[in-house]
Amino acid sequence: MKKIRIRYYAILREQAGKSEETLETQAATPAALLAELQKRYPFTLNETQLKVAIDAEFRDWQTPLKDGDSVVFIPPVAGG
Amino acid sequence: MTSSIFSFSDNAIDIDALRKTLCDPACGGYCSFEGWVRNNNEGHDVTRLEYEAFVDLAIKEGERIVQEAIKRFGVDKAACMHRVGSLAIGDIAVWVGVSSGHRDEAFKACRYIIDEIKHRVPIWKKEHYVNGDSGWVNCERCAEHAGEHAHSHAHR
Repeated sequence: MKKIRIRYYAILREQAGKSEETLETQAATPAALLAELQKRYPFTLNETQLKVAIDAEFRDWQTPLKDGDSVVFIPPVAGG
Repeated sequence: MTSSIFSFSDNAIDIDALRKTLCDPACGGYCSFEGWVRNNNEGHDVTRLEYEAFVDLAIKEGERIVQEAIKRFGVDKAACMHRVGSLAIGDIAVWVGVSSGHRDEAFKACRYIIDEIKHRVPIWKKEHYVNGDSGWVNCERCAEHAGEHAHSHAHR
């Protein structure tokens, strides 16, 4: 098991009902972690609509997760 | 006033102060863009907006975009500031400024920066409507259709 910190923004923050949490998980990748969280929260966006960042850099969905990683799932952006 | 090339502000953007950071005796042209909060979007009457950002990554990505513009178009200086928090109709949501030897590259760099920011920087906008509803722009409609058919519009 590894400890992963997850921060939630915008629509995901509202749907998770929290800004962040630290989870013990066996998820090997962000894709697996998202699948785990989708069982827990009523997320309406899926992997094809989100991007993922690990330690504040964009990363691939198949990047191996390490103990202590900080993960953010990024909904479609709307700056400007 | 900060002199970083991409930053966020919780308060009204001070354009005069930002513009001064781009002044340079070698520059003959200055071009800027202001994004304003509009009172309507896709047929809905909007009363106010909230902007939220994943600041750690947004600043890195925003700085990368401004640096790309400086290098790509050969301009002297460029900067961008984006608002977060609650904004009213008419407020300035984003400012981009570029100074350069001549105008053509300043216009191009300014356009590049605002276009890339809209597509790449993790900033989200929640609209509040006259009828009391609210919605996250680019997220809600997309999610509504997610179960019905394959995702057909690009987010970039």
